[in-house]
Amino acid sequence: MPPADAYITGIGQSEVGVRLQRSPLLLTVDAIREALTEAGLAIGQIDGVSTYPGRSAAYLGFSPIGADELIDALGIRARWHLGSLEISSQLGAVAAAAMAVRTAQARHVICYRTVYEAAAISRPEEYTPLVRDRVDGYSQWFTPFNAFSAANWTAQYAMRHVKRFGLTREQLAQIALNDRANAMLNPRALVREPLTMEQYLSARMISTPLCLYDCDRYTDASTVLIVSAGDAIDEVECTPIRIAAMAGTVERHSWDQAEWMACYPTGEDLWKSTDYKPSDVDTAQLYDGFSFQAIAWLEALGFCAVGEGGRYIEGGKRIALDGELPLNTFGGQLGAGRLHGFGFAHEAVVQLRGLGGKRQIAGDPKIAIAASGGGPLATALLLARD
Amino acid sequence: MSAPRVLPRLDSENRFFWTAGAQGQLRFLRCQECAAFVHPPRPVCRGCLSEKVAPEAVAGTGTIDTYTVNYQQWRPGLEVPYVIARVAIDGAPGVFLTTNIVGCAVEAVEIGDRVRVKFEQHGEVYLPLFEKIA
Repeated sequence: MPPADAYITGIGQSEVGVRLQRSPLLLTVDAIREALTEAGLAIGQIDGVSTYPGRSAAYLGFSPIGADELIDALGIRARWHLGSLEISSQLGAVAAAAMAVRTAQARHVICYRTVYEAAAISRPEEYTPLVRDRVDGYSQWFTPFNAFSAANWTAQYAMRHVKRFGLTREQLAQIALNDRANAMLNPRALVREPLTMEQYLSARMISTPLCLYDCDRYTDASTVLIVSAGDAIDEVECTPIRIAAMAGTVERHSWDQAEWMACYPTGEDLWKSTDYKPSDVDTAQLYDGFSFQAIAWLEALGFCAVGEGGRYIEGGKRIALDGELPLNTFGGQLGAGRLHGFGFAHEAVVQLRGLGGKRQIAGDPKIAIAASGGGPLATALLLARD
Repeated sequence: MSAPRVLPRLDSENRFFWTAGAQGQLRFLRCQECAAFVHPPRPVCRGCLSEKVAPEAVAGTGTIDTYTVNYQQWRPGLEVPYVIARVAIDGAPGVFLTTNIVGCAVEAVEIGDRVRVKFEQHGEVYLPLFEKIA
């Protein structure tokens, strides 16, 4: 009988910074060492590796370390591995690992996301910049119109909320302000200076309604989560965190043809696969590479109705550390850095284990949600400490 | 926008779309079996899997579904601000184009505005930009 459940066991994170000199492989190893130590596992017990998006050869800073390379570099005897862009966003790599251990294809899977964009841009001789004289594939529908960035694409979703539902800049600001407030309590956060509403409102626009503080910035870091099989957790020293439910969906991949963001069907799917309800969730760690994405996730996961996200976070009290639904308690991507999806699951585990230090939420949290993705891809994980 | 635009690479599937402006037409693939529009262009209908898809001209008008005013200078020489919009294409249900709204102040653009295509020629490529219908 294959094990019925999958658990997140060891977690780890490298130094988080910009223009780091340490190699991306060694940053990955730093995070792996920390995760193995916490779990009390040796590298020889690892038999699976999973990552998003795999080695990104054309634009290496985005993902410099593929699963193949990691397996070879660390002498891992992998029975199962995955490194793919074509999964339901970053945490899809964790969901895939959970399926692997539940089907007895592996017992302990290292899942990781290593980002090196800030370092890569600062060392163009080593990391060749992506220069295209012509575009094809999905890019041809955006780039010729100078819609270069996901900031432009996400801004258009946000603008619909502004016009249809009355989302205000003061409401949108709560994601950035909450992230910064929490980041100040996280020793590993990238940006640890306070941010005020006045600063936010006077910031330059990037793409309306998103201003500078609504957008994450290039970061160098590696984040690791070990996913272990239910019948292997007696080998582990740390408190196992059960993956109680998971969902992931893909919308039409050309963002402009998708009617809506993929987080909405993902949220519906998640609750169909579990008896837990939104009101059981003690903390939410929701993708916020752009602030609006976290608001969309709050709606998608049923914490409020579609269109009510702005009013739900009005004033910021509800999502603060001592609020009804503490959100992105590590600082999110706007405060802790662009860890690209994995930071949310890492923090959910930290909080469920009570290891958040100054940012630890009160009340013995047992259920957390971690979600990644904006636009056409989305993954949600419901995590439980039994 | 003084910085040169990065143009699409033409191939057998997209050439009809990017060159249709030479005849002053906006064209999309349409399934000859079930009448659904197929965009982005591919040699099979996403509605019924028929391979009988062919380009058809549409009126060239549409409605702004959503938009953003871009202020970030992503490339050297890029003149900002400019409007990026998602336009719902008249006569082609479910088809949208990401485009620029030109010929008006950026403050003048609203969701629901009626717009008409205005091609911008770059050699054999005609980019379908849009301007407001007065």
